Formats: sequence, C-alpha cells, structure tokens
Amino acid sequence: MSQANEPKKKKMSLSKRQNLTGWAFLTPATLMIAAMSFWPMIQAFILSFQKGKANDLRFGGIDNYVRMFKDKVFMTSLGNTFFYLIIQVPIMLILALILAQMLNNKNLRCKGLFRTAIFLPCATSLVSYAIIFRSLFGVDGFINSILIKLGILDTGYNFLGNAGSAKAVIIIALIWRWTGYNMVFYLSGLQNIEYSVYEAAKIDGASPLQTFFKITVPLLKPTILLTAIMSTNGTLQLFDESYNLTKGGPSNSTITMSHYIYNVSFKYVPNFGYAAAMSFLIFILVAILAFIQMKVGDKRD
Amino acid sequence: MKKKFITALLCAAMTASMLAGCGNSGGGNDQKADSNQGEDANAGDDANADAGDDADADADAGDDAAGASGDENTLTVWCWDPKFNIYAMEEAGKVYQADHPEFNVNVVETPWDDVQKKLTTAATGGAMDTLPDIMLVQDNAFQKNVISFPEAFTDLTDSGIDFTQFGEAKTAYSVVDGKNYGVPFDNGAVVACYRTDILQEAGFTLDDFTDITWDEYLEKGKVVLEKTGKPLLSCQSTESDVIMMMLQSCGASLFDDEGKPAMVGNESLKKVMETYQQLVETGVCKLVNSWDEYVQTLTTETVAGTINGCWIMASIQSAEDQSGKWGLTNMPSLVGVEGATNYSNNGGSSWAITSNCKNVELAKDFLKSTFAGSVELYETILPSSGALATYLPAGDSAVYAEPSEFYGGDAVFKKITEYASKCPSNNTGVYYYEGRDAIATAIQNVVGGSDIDAELEIAQSTVEGLMDQ
Repeated sequence: MSQANEPKKKKMSLSKRQNLTGWAFLTPATLMIAAMSFWPMIQAFILSFQKGKANDLRFGGIDNYVRMFKDKVFMTSLGNTFFYLIIQVPIMLILALILAQMLNNKNLRCKGLFRTAIFLPCATSLVSYAIIFRSLFGVDGFINSILIKLGILDTGYNFLGNAGSAKAVIIIALIWRWTGYNMVFYLSGLQNIEYSVYEAAKIDGASPLQTFFKITVPLLKPTILLTAIMSTNGTLQLFDESYNLTKGGPSNSTITMSHYIYNVSFKYVPNFGYAAAMSFLIFILVAILAFIQMKVGDKRD
Repeated sequence: MKKKFITALLCAAMTASMLAGCGNSGGGNDQKADSNQGEDANAGDDANADAGDDADADADAGDDAAGASGDENTLTVWCWDPKFNIYAMEEAGKVYQADHPEFNVNVVETPWDDVQKKLTTAATGGAMDTLPDIMLVQDNAFQKNVISFPEAFTDLTDSGIDFTQFGEAKTAYSVVDGKNYGVPFDNGAVVACYRTDILQEAGFTLDDFTDITWDEYLEKGKVVLEKTGKPLLSCQSTESDVIMMMLQSCGASLFDDEGKPAMVGNESLKKVMETYQQLVETGVCKLVNSWDEYVQTLTTETVAGTINGCWIMASIQSAEDQSGKWGLTNMPSLVGVEGATNYSNNGGSSWAITSNCKNVELAKDFLKSTFAGSVELYETILPSSGALATYLPAGDSAVYAEPSEFYGGDAVFKKITEYASKCPSNNTGVYYYEGRDAIATAIQNVVGGSDIDAELEIAQSTVEGLMDQ
C-alpha cells in the first residue's frame, strides 16, 4: 500500500509544482498589468466623479457625465470622431484586403518590394507625417501646385480651411498611414489558407471574385474581426492628426475627442475630473463597439 | 550554442531598451536620482542608458542634472529658445558670476509645451521635487498656472525687486491677488512691419501707415492689393492672435473685472470682429493654416507686411536678402472705440521661482540683480538675440538707440521700447486660452458668413461651460 501510495503522492506534488511554476511566470506580468493598467483605470474612474480646478477636487457625482452632453465642443468632437470611424475604417480595411490579396499572388514579382513600400508609411512618426500632410495640402502646397499646373484650379484651394475638405484630408492621411499596417495582418492570415483550397476552387470553375468572397473572406474572418476592433479602437483615440494636421480647425470641425481631452487637461485651466469622465466615455464606446463587432463577426456557435 | 547566444543578446537588448525607455519618459525623475547618487543603486544604470539619448541634457547639466539643484550655488532653469531666452539666461549667469564667482546657472532646454506638462504633472502628482529652481512661463498662461497650482510658485512681492521699473501692462500678467509671482522678461509689444519697397510701388511710404486707424489701413490695403497684388497682412485662420491684439489695443478683454466672460454685448469686441471680417473679405488679409505657412508668406514676399509681437522680427530677419526693405511702425487703431490706441501686446514671458527652490534667497537675489537690475545684461543680449527688455531703464541705453540696417537704418529697438510703455493693460484672466479658442472658432464662422452676435453668444456659452468646474 505504502509503495503504491508513494508514486501517486509524488505525481500530485509534481503537477502542483508545475502549477506553481506556471503561476510564478504569470505573476510578474499580472501584477504589472494590474498596477500599471487596471489601478490607473480605477483611479481615473474615481476621478471622473470629481470636480474642480487642478488639485482642488471635490466630489461632484455624475455632474461631469451630464456636462459632457451639454458641451457643444465635445459633442462636435464626438460627431467628428464617428465620422472618421464610419468613413475611414471600412475604406481602409477593404483597401488593405484587396492589397493583401494582390500581394499574395504566387506569380507576382518583387513581392518583398511592394510589401515594404505599402508597409513603410507605418514606420513614419505620427507627428512628422501629419506635418508633411499639412504642408502638402497647404494653400501654396504641393497638391495645389499640381492642380494649378494641370489647369484644374486657378488659385490654390484652402483644403485645411474648409470643414469638408479638412476632414477629407485627415481621412486620406489616415488611410495612407494605416492601410499597410492592416494589410500585414491580412497577409499573415492569407498565408494560413492552404493553397490547395484555391486550386480546388479553380478546378470547380470558380471565378476570382467568387474565390475571394466564398473562400478568402470567410477564412480570414478572425483576422478581419481583429483589424476591425483595432481600427475602431485606434480611431476613437485619434489625436495626432487632429492636433498636428489641422489643429482641430476650421472652427472645431476636425477636432477629435482625445484632442479636446488634451485641451481640457493641459491647454485650458486643468479640469482632470471632466477629462477623466470624457476618457471613460471613449472607453465605454470602445467596449460597446468591440462587443457588437464580436457578436456580428463571430458566428462559431 | 548559437541559439543561446542570440537569446542572451536579445535579453540584453530588451533590458537596455527598457532602461532607456524609463530614462526617457521619466526625465525629471531619474535626473533627480542622479543628483542623489548612492541612494539609488539603479542611478548608475539609468544614467548609462540615458547617456546616448539625452546627451545634450547631460552635457549641459554637467554633474548635476535637472530638477532643483541641491547645490548651494547652482540654480537650475527651464526655458526653451537657445538663441533667445536660454542665451539670455546664460548671459545673466555670467553677469551674476562677476560678483559671485561660486555661482552657477544650469539651463535645461525645455520647450514651453513641456514646461506646461511637467508643471501640471508635478503639481497634480505631488512631485514638486521634479521642478527646477527657476522657470520661464508664458505670460498668457501665468495666471492660470498660479491659480491652479499656487503651491508651485514663490511669492516675490517682498523680494526687494522693484516692479515699478517694468511696463505696467507687462507686470500685470504675473500678478495674482495683488501678489507678484514673476519677473517680467521679454517684450511682446506689437509692431507693424511693412515692406517699404512694395508700399512705394503702390505710392505709399511708411509714414502713411504710422498712427493710422484700421479704416485707413483697409483703404490703403485695397490700393496696395490692386497695384501690387499683395495683401498687407497674413494670419493663421485657426488662431485669434490678430483679434486679441486689436482687443488689447483699446484695453478691452474677453472677460470682465471679475473674470467672467464678457463677449456678448462687448462693443469693442464686436468692432474688432467686424474689422477683421472686412480685412479678410477684401483680401487685404490673407488667411493661412499654420505657423510655417504664415512665416513663409513673410519670407517669400507673398504679403507686404505683418502685425505681431515684436518677437516676429526674428522670423522676418531670417530672410537676409530682404535687408533694408523692411520698415517698422505702430499698429492701426480701432475706430469709434473708447480708449483706442496704436499699441498692443502679443506674447512674452516672465521668470518664476518655483516652490521647489531650495535656495530662494539666492534665486531672488539673482533675478533682482540681473533681469530686474542690470542694464548691462540687456545691452549684451539685445544685438545678437533681439531680446527686448521690458525693464524700462534699459530702454535709455545707447545700444537701444543704434540704427538697424535691416529696417532701413531705423532705431527700431528704441521705438519698440516706447510702444511697450504705451501699451494698455487688459485683463487676460485665468481662462484666457478657453476664451481665445472660443473666439477663434467664432471668427472662423463669421468669416464664413455667420452673424457676429449669434457667434459671440455661442462663444460665451462655450467658455461659461468650461468655467463651470
């Protein structure tokens, strides 16, 4: 009996030990995430219920949250951000998918070159690319010079001085900057699709369009979901383009939520409670949108 | 074996990058750690990782980097422009050194945006020990910061500095509740600069633009535009600099004496907005979108002149081939507004002593005997940096009366010092930036065709909303 017991005991302690080792590896990361990420979130949540200038804070209940919806500038920024989201994210993702499909072609030459060229914008700094776009679309900028030389315009058009065109410039800039990034995800997803599946489709006489919609898109669904959530998240937190490219103008028609939050905390008399409340609204919006996308995109059950 | 080596290499690289990362973001913090060496075993590592990235800061700082220096004879200063205020501070250090050989000033180049963020972070995070001894603060942000973070500033009222020797309007920026918190530094007196050769082409001289009203300016601007195709003025469409300058030129403000927004029913403001609208409509004022474009219009001869704080001269003078073609005079005055003058102010900054300063007496005495007492200092810094004094006695100095080649042999510095003394004081208020942004939004809509009164009402309610804390 005792002999039979012993190995069992040893086995128990082994799995326990393995468990402990596992936890030991997990603990530092978990503690770091909790301390660096979750704790500040809780702090920010508490802060969002406080009112007052800078350090002079007092409890204000849900005043900050009510105030948000009366704040015209914030509502404008909310509208702008959603405008970018609705227009830019679908265009960008479809473009990325098409580019990935094209670059996945086995017979294409110089694949590496094209891939790098399309991914490269991603490696540029957010600030510098925004400033470059600003000068490109200036009244005396490169784009206007071309349009005038081609005879399309007589005098330079003030792209950044008109609400509609300023928004368009931001969207073009975003597409330029982020399409390559999403394309890389799609490319890696496409690598995981067996080539034999395409061959079978070809033998069955499927057109390229059919292969794309019936094979590529369904098999890429998890990746598409991932990029959609990431892009939504990124767009809701958009800051650099609004801050550097248009300065939020003309008359707040391009300002984003994060830009306004920055103004409230640093440019204006600091009101951290209100800024925290607005940040939390973004957090909630990201959570809701991600949840909807998961429900729509994930049909595994 | 090879794999192991690569792994080790990667680990080392990651550790190094992590350290470097910490070193960069925490700037102030670990520099403090440096000065308290020995206490913190990591300090050495951090410093090493820092060395590459922060080479400049380290080199400037010598042995004891930023954060208020513990050393009895060293003052750490934050300011931002190597050719202007950093240079001025270093020269001030030399002036003070003449009497106090032990003294050292340690300037850390910190852009204004960073000064503001570091100050906000330090004050709200309760980490005052990351602040320097002295920092330069934008005049427009001065009151906001003192009122938001009173615990970060040192009261200078009884420091023995004679504040009456500065322009009244200038000193007012750094006064809160009757207490002085700053020593005025550079001058933001508004100047109007014109290309005399272009004016001549249109049949005008500089005198035709001196002591004029905005109505005359508009009429003459139309003639210049017609004859030369060049607008008289350019400005950033998303900023309200010109509006604020016009407003201060008649002593008016966006706020009343109690600091409440006073935009609705503000006749001066309405007149200002109307004038601006006309300038844009007639094409006399060209709108651009960014600061670079604005400076470009000056250096590429797109416009025939500009109106701005006198610090704009540095940008104008960067086009060396235009030397002798520029002329300088005062700005136009508003018509039909009480207290209208040809003088205003835009920008400028003042020195503040932080509450983290361990040696307040030294810092006070240093500022008192340099920026608030040494004509010699201002004489040194003027020719090469154009740092114009708001310290009035310096204006009498012979250096200020010297003619400037660039502006057609005119004694421009003497002129500007005179303009500065005539500038009306107005109440910028704590909520200056809120007001300014709201007005910028309003004026863009007005230029686009909206009704002034309706826009002012929206602007007022926006600012009131932001003030409701």
